[in-house]
Amino acid sequence: MVNSVLTPGVTSSRLSKDELAGNFSDLHPPLDGHEALVAADRCYFCYDAPCVTACPTSIDIPLFIRQISTGMPESAAKTIFDQNILGGMCARVCPTETLCEQVCVRETAEGKPVEIGLLQRFATDRLMSEPHPYKRAAETGKQVAVVGAGPAGLACAHRLAMNGHGVTLYDARNKAGGLNEFGIAAYKTVDGFAQDEVDWLLSIGGISQVFGKRLGENLDLDQLRKDFDAVFLAIGLGGVNALGTEGEEKDNVDDAVNFISELRQSEDLSKLSVGRNVVVVGGGMTAVDAAVQSKLLGAQHVTLAYRRGQEQMNASGFEQDLATSSGVTILTNVQPLKVIGNGAAQEVELGYTKDDGNGLELTGETFRLPADQVFKAIGQRLDLDDSGLELAGGKISVDESGKTSLNGVWAGGDCASGGDDLTVTAVAEGRDAAEDIHDKLMNS
Amino acid sequence: MANLASNFVGIKSPNPFWLASAPPTDKAYNVERAFEAGWGGVVWKTLGEEGPPIVNVNGPRYGAIWGADRRLLGLNNIELITDRDLYVNLREIKEVKKKWPDRAVVVSIMVPCEEGAWKKILPLVEETGADGIELNFGCPHGMSERGMGAAVGQVPEYIEMVTRWCKATTRMPVIVKLTPNITDIRYPARAAHTGGADAVSLINTVSSIISVDLDDFAPQPTIDGKGSHGGYCGPAVKPIALNMVADIAKDPETPGLPISGIGGVTTWRDAAEFISLGAGNVQVCTAAMTYGFKIIDEMTSGLSTWMDQKGIENVADFIGRAVPNVTDWQYLNLNYVTKAKINQDSCIQCGRCYAACEDTSHQAIAMKDGRVFEVIDEECVACNLCVNVCPVDNCITMERLAPGTVDPRTGQKVDADYGNWTSHPNNPSAKAAAE
Repeated sequence: MVNSVLTPGVTSSRLSKDELAGNFSDLHPPLDGHEALVAADRCYFCYDAPCVTACPTSIDIPLFIRQISTGMPESAAKTIFDQNILGGMCARVCPTETLCEQVCVRETAEGKPVEIGLLQRFATDRLMSEPHPYKRAAETGKQVAVVGAGPAGLACAHRLAMNGHGVTLYDARNKAGGLNEFGIAAYKTVDGFAQDEVDWLLSIGGISQVFGKRLGENLDLDQLRKDFDAVFLAIGLGGVNALGTEGEEKDNVDDAVNFISELRQSEDLSKLSVGRNVVVVGGGMTAVDAAVQSKLLGAQHVTLAYRRGQEQMNASGFEQDLATSSGVTILTNVQPLKVIGNGAAQEVELGYTKDDGNGLELTGETFRLPADQVFKAIGQRLDLDDSGLELAGGKISVDESGKTSLNGVWAGGDCASGGDDLTVTAVAEGRDAAEDIHDKLMNS
Repeated sequence: MANLASNFVGIKSPNPFWLASAPPTDKAYNVERAFEAGWGGVVWKTLGEEGPPIVNVNGPRYGAIWGADRRLLGLNNIELITDRDLYVNLREIKEVKKKWPDRAVVVSIMVPCEEGAWKKILPLVEETGADGIELNFGCPHGMSERGMGAAVGQVPEYIEMVTRWCKATTRMPVIVKLTPNITDIRYPARAAHTGGADAVSLINTVSSIISVDLDDFAPQPTIDGKGSHGGYCGPAVKPIALNMVADIAKDPETPGLPISGIGGVTTWRDAAEFISLGAGNVQVCTAAMTYGFKIIDEMTSGLSTWMDQKGIENVADFIGRAVPNVTDWQYLNLNYVTKAKINQDSCIQCGRCYAACEDTSHQAIAMKDGRVFEVIDEECVACNLCVNVCPVDNCITMERLAPGTVDPRTGQKVDADYGNWTSHPNNPSAKAAAE
């Protein structure tokens, strides 16, 4: 270890390998058998349970928990996967504190919900160590192109394959997984789980993968429509919103998503560089992931700067607590005005904001923070030109079943209109689009 | 402060908590630890007749069922009476009694159903200075195959006969321990009473198969692929024991027969319930085997505090206080009309009351928008199932309809007077209500 947290500038090896390994270990260690039984026993098996309603994939949560408590974790996992084939990843990354666990009656009763996420992981981990549990229906002879191998694309491909269709799964990157593989904080999905999950999911068969194909660059939508019986687009949001401030072009002003992706793909965290003073601009999950991971890599000071009030942050209370307990400082109602530095970032100038009901405005007061590194995490946007697809709110316009304005083209996940930009929402949209495609292919 | 001192058929102990005849009372070592911990007395684990010691299985003797977090709810066992030499036990009993004169030391005995066998062992026990004997007519497994234990306890004539032999032979108080594995507990109790017993103690364990190994397809505990029925005890059997204790307490044929209450006593509250239903003291085993002897501290302090709260000075003052309120169904007041009421402030909206009522009862709970659950008085028969399945204490209560108001279910005015089945018009053998 040549450097320390005090080393100026942007550098690697601020922490020892042991410290890094500890910092990036499992955020929520899995339950053991007895812990799972105790946790499962807390479920009241509610009538028309609120947790099921709150789950975007409508997993029958009381049923799977009861299956755990009766010693049948494999059946529990089947209950989960029937609704959500990426139930393993969702068990790790779902913001359960704003979904199922938020509405758990135990939360109402005692402020301590049933640990649904951990129980889901307990069940899914067991079944995923066994051969793939689903079999394909008889081949239909139909072929579907799925563009984008993230959560939506994977869920759609799996359901299509299960229904007997042939699937070609395209992705711009060199491996599948999408944000599961490239975009989620490392401590949420350790030990190569994302790739293991992809392998397990694809082992249903009937899905061929083609990498290095980006829609609009070397993959043409019109051609896909001609070559396949149906097309499902799950291309995510490829573009990163710019700050639009002076100095944004300086060195070490980076996209948070790239930083996270680099970190996730790194085989040796001690080789990753991070600033001594890091400022992350944004208020969502990506901002928190980038801020916390900067801290865990050994940055001395990490500040998360969000232009609106805390109650408007997209990051959940749990995520905010995670950030502050990791040593990240959260500043709200501050907006970056310029990045200062000679070639590379050295400081960020921020202005205070207020919203008196007439929209956000600067108060006029400004201050500066030292910043060797600035991460932009103020949202992503659709990166797709002249596709002929109708857009809504900057995303591909879809109806409830995922149909786009183009005949034979469906879309889901972050690139499509509607829904929260969550893994679990993407899975639901991919699954539902697959069922709609199946219906169309078999009945028309 | 409440006085916990107990005098049960002349046997004195500083509190009414004895350890039942079982593994915790098999040796001086255990018994002394119990006395050091504060137990009022013990019933020494059952002695058999002189001869080669009893042989136990060498595989598992116990099986269990558990509730949440592996809380032990029921235990069964296939252990036999003491497997130590008779004279070793007698010597230790004598030493312990001498060392702990203020504690009750009662000796459980089980010998063959022959007068000579009893006449032979009783003087030996008497010589130890023990305070009394308990006749083990209850053990449902192993010894019963040899014509002892429950095999005697299931035949009232044998109970009476052996009790009579004992009373004729010894000066010590004779407590007859009853098996619950019969149809009507009053018959063996009456037989013991007729035979001159000073008291009965109950219940012994309930015949049971606690579980089946679904890989080996054999009852558990499994010994080399086979299992045998055992004796069931622990918190799960308490309701059975309470009922049997009450049955004897209110039987006009055994008036005032002292009862030592046994069966799932785990807390001070359990003890208070047994005593209220007529037990003069209680015996504990499974709770001690689960948590160790230290639980006596909770039991004595709990009972003492509760008695203080109730203004009860002596344990004897509330023995049987609940017995007059144990009646037959036919005498329950049919004009006592209640309705379930859900407290919306405490309701956590789990909907268990709704599922229970809608699926399995009277469709008397409505589920309204926003998961609001409300009782439909027109349908509610006051069965109490919603109260029992509700996970929140006191969220659903049963509220009595005031006399004179109309029960929306029946359209009838609630009668202020007591009225039971015996005088109900639907009863073909109804008599005019007794005034």
